[in-house]
Amino acid sequence: MIPAPFAYARPTTVEEALQAIAEGGEDVKVLAGGQSLIPVMRLRLAAPELLVDLTRVEELRGVREDGDTLVIGAMTTHADVLADPLLAQYGQLIVQATETVADRQVRRRGTFGGALAHADPAGDLPAVALALDAEFVLVGPGGRRTVSAAEFFVDYLTTALEEGELLVEIRVPKLGEGWGVRYEKFNRVAQAWSIVAVAAAVRRQGGRIAEARIGLTNMGPTPLRASATEAALVGVDVSMETVTAAAAQAAEGTSPSNDLNAQADYRQHLAQVLTRRALAAAAGL
Amino acid sequence: MTAVEDPASAVDLPPAKEVGQARRRKEDARLITGKTTWTDNMVLPGMLHLAVLRSPVAHGRITHLDVSAAKERPNVVAVYTGADLAEEQGSLPCAWPVTPDMVNPGHPSIAVEQVNHVGEAVAIVVARSRTAAADALEAIDVDYEPLPVVLDMEQAVQEGSPLVHDSTSSNTSYHFVFDAGEAGTGSDTDQAFADAEVTVSRRFVQQRLIPAFMEPRSVVVQPSGDNYTMWSATQIPHILRVMAAMVTGIPEHKLRVIAPDVGGGFGGKLQVNPEEILCLLIARRLGKPIKWTETRGESLMTAHHGRDQVQFIDVAADRDGTVKGLRVRLLADMGAYLRLITPGVPALGAFMFPGIYKFPAYRFECDGVFTNKVPTDAYRGAGRPEATFAIERIMDELAVELGMDPLEVRRKNWINAEEFPFTTVAGLEYDSGDYHQATEQALELLGYDELRAEQQRRRESNDPVQLGIGFSTFTEMCGLAPSRVLGSLAFGAGGWEQASIRMLPTGKVEVVTGSTPHGQGHETAWSQIVADQLGVPFEDVEVLHGDTAISSRGLDTYGSRSLVVGGTAVVKAAEKVVEKARVIAAHLLEANADDLEFTGGKFSVRGTPGAGVGIQEVALAIFAAHDYPEGIEPSIDAEATFDPENFSFPHGTHICAMEIDTETGFAKIRKYACVDDVGTIVNPLIVEGQVHGGLAQGIAQAMYEEAIYDAEGNLTTGSFVDYLVPAASDLPHFDTGNTVHAATSNPLGAKGVGEAGCIASTPAVVNAALDAVRHLGVTDIRMPLTPERVWRALHGGGDGGDRAAQGSNAYGGARTTESGYQEAEQ
Ligand SMILES: Cc1cc2nc3c(=O)[nH]c(=O)nc-3n(C[C@H](O)[C@H](O)[C@H](O)COP(=O)(O)OP(=O)(O)OC[C@H]3O[C@@H](n4cnc5c(N)ncnc54)[C@H](O)[C@@H]3O)c2cc1C
Repeated sequence: MIPAPFAYARPTTVEEALQAIAEGGEDVKVLAGGQSLIPVMRLRLAAPELLVDLTRVEELRGVREDGDTLVIGAMTTHADVLADPLLAQYGQLIVQATETVADRQVRRRGTFGGALAHADPAGDLPAVALALDAEFVLVGPGGRRTVSAAEFFVDYLTTALEEGELLVEIRVPKLGEGWGVRYEKFNRVAQAWSIVAVAAAVRRQGGRIAEARIGLTNMGPTPLRASATEAALVGVDVSMETVTAAAAQAAEGTSPSNDLNAQADYRQHLAQVLTRRALAAAAGL
Repeated sequence: MTAVEDPASAVDLPPAKEVGQARRRKEDARLITGKTTWTDNMVLPGMLHLAVLRSPVAHGRITHLDVSAAKERPNVVAVYTGADLAEEQGSLPCAWPVTPDMVNPGHPSIAVEQVNHVGEAVAIVVARSRTAAADALEAIDVDYEPLPVVLDMEQAVQEGSPLVHDSTSSNTSYHFVFDAGEAGTGSDTDQAFADAEVTVSRRFVQQRLIPAFMEPRSVVVQPSGDNYTMWSATQIPHILRVMAAMVTGIPEHKLRVIAPDVGGGFGGKLQVNPEEILCLLIARRLGKPIKWTETRGESLMTAHHGRDQVQFIDVAADRDGTVKGLRVRLLADMGAYLRLITPGVPALGAFMFPGIYKFPAYRFECDGVFTNKVPTDAYRGAGRPEATFAIERIMDELAVELGMDPLEVRRKNWINAEEFPFTTVAGLEYDSGDYHQATEQALELLGYDELRAEQQRRRESNDPVQLGIGFSTFTEMCGLAPSRVLGSLAFGAGGWEQASIRMLPTGKVEVVTGSTPHGQGHETAWSQIVADQLGVPFEDVEVLHGDTAISSRGLDTYGSRSLVVGGTAVVKAAEKVVEKARVIAAHLLEANADDLEFTGGKFSVRGTPGAGVGIQEVALAIFAAHDYPEGIEPSIDAEATFDPENFSFPHGTHICAMEIDTETGFAKIRKYACVDDVGTIVNPLIVEGQVHGGLAQGIAQAMYEEAIYDAEGNLTTGSFVDYLVPAASDLPHFDTGNTVHAATSNPLGAKGVGEAGCIASTPAVVNAALDAVRHLGVTDIRMPLTPERVWRALHGGGDGGDRAAQGSNAYGGARTTESGYQEAEQ
């Protein structure tokens, strides 16, 4: 529970950070809120030679508007997310999911960008980002590029971030009029990780569902979309029957793990139940 | 002026009684803010730090161990292996040989040739800083030749099973039997079963639990010449001193043990830890102060665990519900070694399986079984939660079998209020109580009738969320213990407690207690008792504890014994103080001692109000000692040792209302009501706190906590991410109440409350869950009631099976082979 020795840099700009990473040699790790990285270092499962701490890089922190898009800085903490007026208005799905993350202390330090870059399939924010078709802005020695959420999450704890690259901001569409959302999390105690969770956003038009976006947490090595369910919902009447029927397809194409919290078949069952509940809430049923 | 305002008569009014008042705890400010000395806060000149290399294999021979590179690491002072310490380390003590032929293979503090559980110490580094010591561990090179790993008790006791210790002939450490027929306290059990109209048999699994105290274990040893002072985060400084002296050969009078403020224990610090002995040995070798503080990971992996039993229980009854006989067979997991009272924990439960019921016949058998896991030992309730769970679960099963109301079966068989004192089939004499009254009160607190009606509605409408109500009408034995009884059970110590009272010249009072608090609030409760006994202000009392140089005699805190035994010793010491002061007061008042009365802290001549002398004034007078009667010593200080004649038997009725989401298996407590009889209540706030904490831990066993090992013997629940300790947000509001039937074995009338909530609640919760879903075909659900288990029991049958990933045979506690999950698969 005591990490191996490491060197430490605390840049104040993205440029300085990139430079520190570039000069740091083989074994560099970026430190955001430290809520995932420090525990693995304390267990000595990770032993980086240099930590580049981003907490003083002010330009990475905060939420702003860009037309129909919200731009969230990677170093925006979970607590910042919960207090942000723009997110309160247009980003309720992110807010609801963030409320379920851990406890007050962890939310004070942990960051939106760190949670996504860590890409833990049990983490609550990746599925939300995927459901929203978020865009990830990455900056590295080779310059700046944008990847979609579908491209960003590559595998278990693995993202499209290249060596030396930083996640700087995440762009998500504003969900305004007509959208209803729900993050439905299933865990055993309040501060625990999701066994399964479902992020649902539903746009109603009249009595029908115009569009549904459903992200699944912990149903495979990466976050997943419940595509069959989404497709089944387009244009249907808003009713418990249609929602239930569509939700029955939520586990299609998933490959959840077996672990101490749940076996795969149980997770698949949960995905269906939770999808139905999330959709019902998001659709205002 | 009216008579009421007459200052003289106002002074004569005795102060309000302290006992019974909900005093805020005087120790809490410093405990909560941390402005106190925890062991890990200790910093001594020249202090060195110890870190332990722990075995990653559960069972293996050490074939190669090279520490030379670690010795070269920066700031490393020394590195030791088991071989270096083999001659002097002796064996950690086991104080409870429950049978004369119990097999104890011995317990080295550091492995010498073989490791027997993951986490066992293999080498130790001593360095100038904690981090240097931790870093150097990585430079130690060890090879192990793996041996077959023994994990499953039911397999371990089979002929031909691999052995944990090859020096033994089987994995069974002992076979303990209590047979009421043979003991003369009951009739023949086999006959009772042969004659009965109905028998019900069940197999229950008590999963393995981890005490998970808040403050990690920590020890500091300071040598000074041939004297040693040890600070340790322990519950038992007095016992530790005796044991450490015996293990290391350091003469007892050269060893002082101090338990400063200690952050919780729950039985988990009722231990002589390997690291305590290692720190002593290393301090002796190096002549330098040594500190070791565990990490949370080390704590979960190597501090002793609790529970872990397979229980086979049979009950015999007549069709009308009258119970005729009880038979219990246990397999109790000892883990790899016998620690301080490892074998005794199930034996402590042996006498409590009959619960509050009038069984005419009873037989108990227990096998203590070695496995390649960390040893088990005391954990809140120690033996009694296991017994209470089994009896309260099987009473429900009996009710189901007979088609009776579970409360009706209990009423029919429990001891009635007018039958106390009642000698049970296990030979215990229950002191006092009224099970009917507690039950009626608890039903009312819960709002029973309304919830039953709601349950009915939910059933009829096929609601996805079903409701159930579960009972636990429990009793327990506490106030450990009459020394003679402990002796008859081969326990290695007595059960008395000691207290002394020192009257300071300014009238302030120092109370020294041999009972060692680690969060319970002794300082407050003892102050309240002394304030009443001596008639001094609550604030004028200071309670000293936990340092063998200050409190020379004591048997410490466990088994809900502190108030019942230690508090009584304080009362007895106070009585002696008053009697000594009476002689001096009589002298000062020029009266006959027999004519003096003592009220409100003041001696006065009977029938002559007004004139008198306060006990605090007597303290000053005798300090000066200018004028005191001849033939007495000039002191009113006193000490007393109290050895109880009987245990005390708290009881109560706990009722849980549980919602089960049948779609997900999620169990949620809707309402929890309990009425406890803990005898006379000294401080209602402390009692309430103990009940709440106990409930949290008992509910945690039912719903959340389980130590799980994988097939290789690794603890997979090695952090709080996987070992789920509930937080306040996961627990319901508790509706609590009390009935008061004074204990008869001590003058306070107190029965002990430290374990009651933990003992009572677990079966109430499981019974409630089953009541919610029994109509759907569920007959049992394995603890903890994880959503997956509940869901599997609902949809696949069986008891929900093991908390294990498919394809591995990881399991919690007792065993896998009969798992409901495997049944569900077929
Ligand atoms: C007790 C506890 C409970 C938790 N429970 C939950 C939960 O229920 N749900 C949940 O979703 N999460 C949970 N978390 C995790 C929490 O959300 C973390 O905040 C998050 O996973 C990591 O964010 P961080 O800012 O702390 O990142 P860090 O731990 O600092 O970093 C995580 C990883 O991301 C990399 N990284 C961070 N920022 C960047 C960047 N800008 N560019 C490139 N790489 C980067 C780091 O190098 C590291 O590899 C829990 C954590 C704890 C300690």
